[in-house]
Amino acid sequence: MNAMTGTWVKVGTLQDIPKQGSRCINAGEMTIAVFRTMDDQVFALEDKCPHKHGPLSQGIVHDGCVTCPLHNWVISLATGEAQGADEGATISIPTRLDGDEVLLDASGLR
Amino acid sequence: MKQKLVVVGNGMAPGRMLEDLFERDAEAYEVTIFNAEPRVNYNRLMLSPVLSGEKTYEDIITHDDDWYAANGVILHKSSRISAIDREAKTVTSENGITASYDKLVIATGSDPIMIPFPGHDLDGVITYRDLDDVETMLEASRTKKRAVVIGGGLLGLEAAASLKMQGMEVTVIHLANTLMEKQLDESAGHLLADAFKDRGVEVLTQANTGKILGDGKIVTGVELEDGTQIKTDIVCMAVGIRPNIGLAQQTELAVNRGVLVGDDMRTNDPDIFALGECVEHNGQCYGLVAPLYEMASVIADQLLDGDAVYGGSVTATKLKVTGVDLYSAGDFADDEDREEIVLRDAMSGVYKRLVLKDNRIIGAVLYGETSDGPWFFDLLKKQTDISEMRETLIFGQAYQGGEPLDPMAAVAALPDDAEICGCNGVCKSKITGAIASKGLTTLDDVRAHTKASSSCGTCTGLVEQLMVLSLGDAYNPNAVTPMCGCTDLGHSDVRRLIKAKDLKTIPAVQQTLEWKTGTGCAKCRPALNYYLICDWPDEYSDDYQSRFINERVHANIQKDGTYSIIPRMWGGQTSSTELRAIADAVDKYNIPTVKVTGGQRIDMLGIKKEDLPAVWADLGKAGFVSGHAYAKGLRTVKTCVGNDWCRFGTQDSTGLGVRLEKFMWGSWTPAKVKLAVSGCPRNCAEATCKDVGVICVDSGFELHFAGAAGLDIKGTEILGHVKTEDEALEHIVAVVQMYREQGHYLERIYKWAKRIGYDEVRRQIMDDAEMRKAYFDRFVFSQKFAQVDPWDERVSGKDKHEFSPMATLRLEAAE
Repeated sequence: MNAMTGTWVKVGTLQDIPKQGSRCINAGEMTIAVFRTMDDQVFALEDKCPHKHGPLSQGIVHDGCVTCPLHNWVISLATGEAQGADEGATISIPTRLDGDEVLLDASGLR
Repeated sequence: MKQKLVVVGNGMAPGRMLEDLFERDAEAYEVTIFNAEPRVNYNRLMLSPVLSGEKTYEDIITHDDDWYAANGVILHKSSRISAIDREAKTVTSENGITASYDKLVIATGSDPIMIPFPGHDLDGVITYRDLDDVETMLEASRTKKRAVVIGGGLLGLEAAASLKMQGMEVTVIHLANTLMEKQLDESAGHLLADAFKDRGVEVLTQANTGKILGDGKIVTGVELEDGTQIKTDIVCMAVGIRPNIGLAQQTELAVNRGVLVGDDMRTNDPDIFALGECVEHNGQCYGLVAPLYEMASVIADQLLDGDAVYGGSVTATKLKVTGVDLYSAGDFADDEDREEIVLRDAMSGVYKRLVLKDNRIIGAVLYGETSDGPWFFDLLKKQTDISEMRETLIFGQAYQGGEPLDPMAAVAALPDDAEICGCNGVCKSKITGAIASKGLTTLDDVRAHTKASSSCGTCTGLVEQLMVLSLGDAYNPNAVTPMCGCTDLGHSDVRRLIKAKDLKTIPAVQQTLEWKTGTGCAKCRPALNYYLICDWPDEYSDDYQSRFINERVHANIQKDGTYSIIPRMWGGQTSSTELRAIADAVDKYNIPTVKVTGGQRIDMLGIKKEDLPAVWADLGKAGFVSGHAYAKGLRTVKTCVGNDWCRFGTQDSTGLGVRLEKFMWGSWTPAKVKLAVSGCPRNCAEATCKDVGVICVDSGFELHFAGAAGLDIKGTEILGHVKTEDEALEHIVAVVQMYREQGHYLERIYKWAKRIGYDEVRRQIMDDAEMRKAYFDRFVFSQKFAQVDPWDERVSGKDKHEFSPMATLRLEAAE
């Protein structure tokens, strides 16, 4: 397992995540969803829709957003904020790509 | 200070009067209403749809509690007025409320006539007048089997049709030679009787009720004067109404059959008006809504010191029985100075008769095709000389002027005062005026502001045409709804262009059809993925990222993020081995809930996502495959035990169900598809509310389609009858393939079939053998690529990433 050294922590490679898909990371109490867009950008959000806590990792990824599988709220991957008429935000976790390595900023996690 | 207006009665007429009044001057009166019924104002015209189950009480409320509050109206419910003191100008209710008035409106309506036959006071003898009656009848229809309706007039027939729809055996007893003899001539009366007989309602004309039979307490039957006895559980008496004049009489107002009013709608006390069905004006009492609304608007004007007068009404009648089109207006008795023009088309069940006097229409009866009713009615009311168009008159408005006009021109040609909505008495200029002055753009707006098309809804087409005339391109009732915000194209266009332009990937569709977003959205991507898989089964590779989670992981996501799974049980049959495997899996994986589904299968709920492949592996060993309970695809085939076991079974319904399911499983469809096969017309498998259903009969198989029992409830349409099981399979597969190729994503079969027309489906599937075969073959071809068990694939390692986390972070306690 990845012991935490410093703030950035490696969680896997780009190829581990399907294009326009997501994978989960268990982080103690929290589950983090890591998303990969069509153009290979990577984002991470807490795996919890601000609406009824649906697992965002199970949603459809499109144009910088994910649609929650439970009630179709659309959440911005970059900010975690609900789009359109809905209001609310989920925790967004900074990510970085180092070559093919996917790194998360773990400083906010506990 | 505001004047006080008290209204006695809260039916449709006073409701309309208050609307008119408030629209013109909301501040003139302080209004108090006393209502004997314990409710707000509802649309009495729509009681029959409530009785038949097509609408609910909530659907027919015209003014809810908020409306009274918003308009500052005090409404006393369940408060019957027992006394009016004309000296003191007060009214007092049975429950002790007294209110004073400056102006009083008596709108006590009418009572249903209860003929005092011996036995009329038995339990189960009901009249048909208000919501309480409807509720009594609905309750009876749930627990009892047979109903007799006395009276074959408008209300009686609506009651009979509604009770029949609720599943009762219904007999109509009518005194006259033909049904609705006051509104219809004999020919139309016979056609109407035939239509009712076709629905399974027994109609007895020239039948004179002698007495109502009972066991001393509850009704058991009806005996006619000729001695014929008819068994029944309830008797609905619908023989007419009588103006309710008791209160007026007791107050010493002038009454005859109804409360007498002048052209200003005042009784002989100038501060007291009478309104609605309790009124007698110029020797006439009215029971239809349009005249009542005319009276309402006169009173509203008089209350504001206007000088409007009521000149009596000519009435037109429409029967509100789903599937029976009937329109009648005016006078059509035979007489020497009258001529008539008749059009009969027995094949299509059309009958039209116009009665003319001095080249003017005085009566019209339309049966089967009634769209010209309002036009004839307009000619009748205006006493237009029709000699110029006499030869083509009967064909209707569209045929005047030598050649068929387009229907828009016909509507454009209607005079401003032509009545569009008969229920609410709304004329053309009121609608076009409201559209222009209030900037209305939707049908709902027009309904809200003018009331047109808001009651029985039969004039909706005309109202929409007026909207097109007024708004031009800004209103298009047939406007294509775009698939989603990514494109302006509708589903049908996209499907057509995918084929026409040979588009075989989602990016190719988005590129060629100029999608406005880069990668589409969660609405269009699943749709496109389905269209491509359907159209290019051998070439397209399924894009799992464009599927909803359930279809991506082949299980159903639950609200807590766990999953449920349902293995296939072919035709709803299972075995001890299968049940044991399920029991073992439930124990081994601590599955919290096991539930029998409505589709004759077993659902296991609350499984953690990581456990899914292992559960499937265990189930797979017992022979289970995925039941696709998550799929826009073939779900279940429900069956009864058929002639294997059942003493009534006519065919091997279970066998056919299993065969259908084995043939069709794995296929993707626009929305879910559920089938059922019943072994006899008792229909234990409930096949007549399924997407496709089969009723086995002695002579073969009756095929049904386009049923629904979800958001909407709808019985199936008949597709046709076939003799052999092989034929049944071919026809069913063909109709499903037709739907697969034409349906919009998420559109169930019943909506698709309604959109393209039931007859068109029958034509292609039943009448065109070549076309049917081609559909069948395309389905078979596509199944080659579809019938792979997705659970087995995942047990073997496919999409492994879906079922395990990418990483687990060990977090050290923050200090």
